[in-house]
Amino acid sequence: MSGSRERVLGRVRAALEDVPADEPAERVPSRTYARSHGAGPALEVLVDRLEEYRALVHRVRPEELAGQVAAVLERRGARRVVVPSGVPGAWLAETDVERVPDSRQDPRSPGELDAVDGAVTGCAVAVAETGTIVLDGSPDQGRRSVTLIPDHHLCVVRADQVVDAVPEAVRLLEPTRPLTWISGPSATSDIELDRVEGVHGPRTLEVLLVAGNG
Amino acid sequence: MSATFLGMPPFPEAARAAVEDSQLRHNLHKATHTIRDKRGQAVGELDDWAELRSEGAAIKEHTLRHLDRYLEQVEESVQRAGGTVHWASDAAEANAIVTRLVHGTGQSDVVKVKSMATQEIELNRALEQAGITAYETDLAELIVQLGQDLPSHILVPAIHLGRARIREIFLEHMARWGVPAPQGLTDDPRALAEAARVHLRERFLNTRTAISGANFVVADSGTTVVLESEGNGRMCLTLPETLISVVGIEKIVPTFDDLEVFMQLLPRSSTGERMNPYTSMWSGVAPGDGPQEFHLVLLDNGRTDVLADTVGRQALRCIRCSACLNACPVYERTGGHAYGSVYPGPIGAILTPQLQGMSSETDRSLPYASSLCGACYEVCPVAIDIPEVLVHLREQAVEGPGRTGEKAMMAGAEAALSSPAALEAAQRAASAVRGAVPRHLPGAASAWTDTRSVPEIPEESFRRWWKKRGEER
Amino acid sequence: MRIALFITCVNDTLFPDTGRAVVELLERLGHEVVFPQGQTCCGQMHYNTGYRRPATKLAVRFVQTFDGADAVVVPSASCAAMIREHYPRLGRSGSRLSRKVAALAPRVYDLTELLVDVLGVTDVDAYYPHRVAYHPTCHGLRMLGLGDRPYRLLRAVRGLDLVEVGRPEECCGFGGTFALKNSDVSTAMGADKARQAVDTGAEVLCMVDNSCLMHVGGILQRQRSGVRVAHIAEILARTETSEAAVSPTTEEADR
Repeated sequence: MSGSRERVLGRVRAALEDVPADEPAERVPSRTYARSHGAGPALEVLVDRLEEYRALVHRVRPEELAGQVAAVLERRGARRVVVPSGVPGAWLAETDVERVPDSRQDPRSPGELDAVDGAVTGCAVAVAETGTIVLDGSPDQGRRSVTLIPDHHLCVVRADQVVDAVPEAVRLLEPTRPLTWISGPSATSDIELDRVEGVHGPRTLEVLLVAGNG
Repeated sequence: MSATFLGMPPFPEAARAAVEDSQLRHNLHKATHTIRDKRGQAVGELDDWAELRSEGAAIKEHTLRHLDRYLEQVEESVQRAGGTVHWASDAAEANAIVTRLVHGTGQSDVVKVKSMATQEIELNRALEQAGITAYETDLAELIVQLGQDLPSHILVPAIHLGRARIREIFLEHMARWGVPAPQGLTDDPRALAEAARVHLRERFLNTRTAISGANFVVADSGTTVVLESEGNGRMCLTLPETLISVVGIEKIVPTFDDLEVFMQLLPRSSTGERMNPYTSMWSGVAPGDGPQEFHLVLLDNGRTDVLADTVGRQALRCIRCSACLNACPVYERTGGHAYGSVYPGPIGAILTPQLQGMSSETDRSLPYASSLCGACYEVCPVAIDIPEVLVHLREQAVEGPGRTGEKAMMAGAEAALSSPAALEAAQRAASAVRGAVPRHLPGAASAWTDTRSVPEIPEESFRRWWKKRGEER
Repeated sequence: MRIALFITCVNDTLFPDTGRAVVELLERLGHEVVFPQGQTCCGQMHYNTGYRRPATKLAVRFVQTFDGADAVVVPSASCAAMIREHYPRLGRSGSRLSRKVAALAPRVYDLTELLVDVLGVTDVDAYYPHRVAYHPTCHGLRMLGLGDRPYRLLRAVRGLDLVEVGRPEECCGFGGTFALKNSDVSTAMGADKARQAVDTGAEVLCMVDNSCLMHVGGILQRQRSGVRVAHIAEILARTETSEAAVSPTTEEADR
């Protein structure tokens, strides 16, 4: 149907006869809106918003991270967790759960991912005001299915990755990477607008927010 | 098995039945008010909402005015990123392309993410005829598909159904489509969501082809964007080997940075959340991560006709948030089915007649399905002046056949208002019969008097009083 | 100030008391009211139903009739909105009509705008010892943006106990020919608004538009609710003297 391309483009051009030929096709954005809304100190706001979505959030100091990872996984009773290849070994230094490796070069199948108890990853950026964590498929965040199929997602967010609002986050992201924006666990409001958390994605999102000296 | 909107009655007729359905009225009232209030809160949090809204409108308007250029740029960017771009001038072409692509994968099952574009072209029906089963995975779409029902809302397609009915549908029909509903299923939304999770789990893990729409396609980066809540979208967009996205040509935004506007406007307008749980953004194919084959089908199907109308064009800015449905006092009382189209509510009343033309009585009735109260325009995140377009379409509708009573009434009014003398004569005639007007009037006027008293005709009009007053002075 | 009154066809024909109240009120405030004889109708019904040609003819008549007026007062928010918001769309750009509209439209005011913005008055020295429920009509609320003007005027009325009708942003369901073409939906909307008005416990339901009042009032009367309706002008025109002259049971007929 190669003719369709020309047909559609031809119709579009015919429909736009009223647009002056010299109107610039490049748009200069006005961007009069705010870069951020000053909702408060970013880390506090992020915690507040994530908790509102029923995510579990723990604030930890850098030296406590490995211990907290171990504690979270132990509380969950996790035995096997998938760990993308770029996750620093130090994060899991104090846990003895079985690590299932995954990378683009050595991917686990959906069935294998369905059999693990959780996933441990980092993130690319977090947006305080909307309680959003963005993953960009970097080696410490893994393939998209890694944070989708397991029922528990433990995500490590560093304080320096937290921005106030959406515009700042968009500027930090690399569009060519596969991006996943996560704001709390999966949810639905399809039945009488009653919000139910936990449908097809991980039913539990747990965030370790690393801040403090160190 | 898929239901269709074809052959629906004109709006007033369908609306009458809906208004009389008290259960439906109750469900709709509760749902629309809940979401209306949530939206109000989420929007109220941002003190730059007006600026975001005007920027969103400006971005979309600009893109539409240079759509040819942006379409070519999308094609180039997506192909550079490893995707394949197809062009469909109408529903039949789009359905043929998708069918051919699915056949090419050797699969006879596909999973689907909720998509207005594929509903519009009745893709499921076309696939069914080609021996392909399309499984809807959005909870509400699943409910509608299992119940052989029709969607009645853009965001919450099963808004017309209560939990008890949903439970019945699951118990009755899930088994035929795959994993049955559990014994002892209750009508708790939690239990119903869990039943859907179990029903679809294996399907997600094993189906190798998926079909989606998209909320946005970014011209400069070739990025496709899908916002969702449940994770069914991520499942479909991530796990299969082949992904086919059917996207209307109006979904383009010029730059990736423009998403910073729409990622604020859309979630807050749509679900009333600061952000929806999941958004997926992908550019073509990411080696080793997600589908390794990606097809983008660019769909016209009447959109270029809308584009050609300089007043109606603004309808193509729509980002399908459904805030206008939730705000609309008419939608609140009739629900979506009365609009006889996949696009219900105020946006549907201007989009459907423009996409399909106004050859049927049903399509011609849609621009009148509004009291022109303006609530839709007020909440629209891209400032579509829906009342303006409604009136514009009414001007086209009156050129159509029929409406003899209305035309006579309008001509009569035109004559009576053509001069002060004519108006005064009409007023005298009315005053002459004052006191003799029955409580219930026959014919067309009964539409008023069946439920409302008629105002008493005064002894003298204002202008007569004014004249007498001048003479007395 | 010399103020030209555009009475509107509905008020002229069915609700002359509203026009008389406007005249009484403005004269009491020391202004001169004139009534240009050539006026008929703003064309809203034709325009909103899709009959653009007759609407345009009526717009031409309006601008001719009121050409040169310092201020035009319209005791109907939707007719004022028709003139201010829709007239600019009727004439082709550069046409005689669009030039006239551009010059005249900014001087066309709803009654509450004229009082508050132009005449700078919120206390019009009125007396109305009743519980009044106010509902802002859609065109007043969204197209003209009347905001708190009607409330400020009503709050300044002596003896008046002001209450707001529930869900004030929700349309009453009149909508011009919508009330006939989709009478089932229109009535459902109107019945909800009527119930909200009754729920306030008010004696009188007040709006800035008689057409919306005719619709909700028609339902209230059919339901024998006991709630009466009044255009805001009729409340603002009332004083101790005129109030005493009217017995509460015989004042404004229900619409």
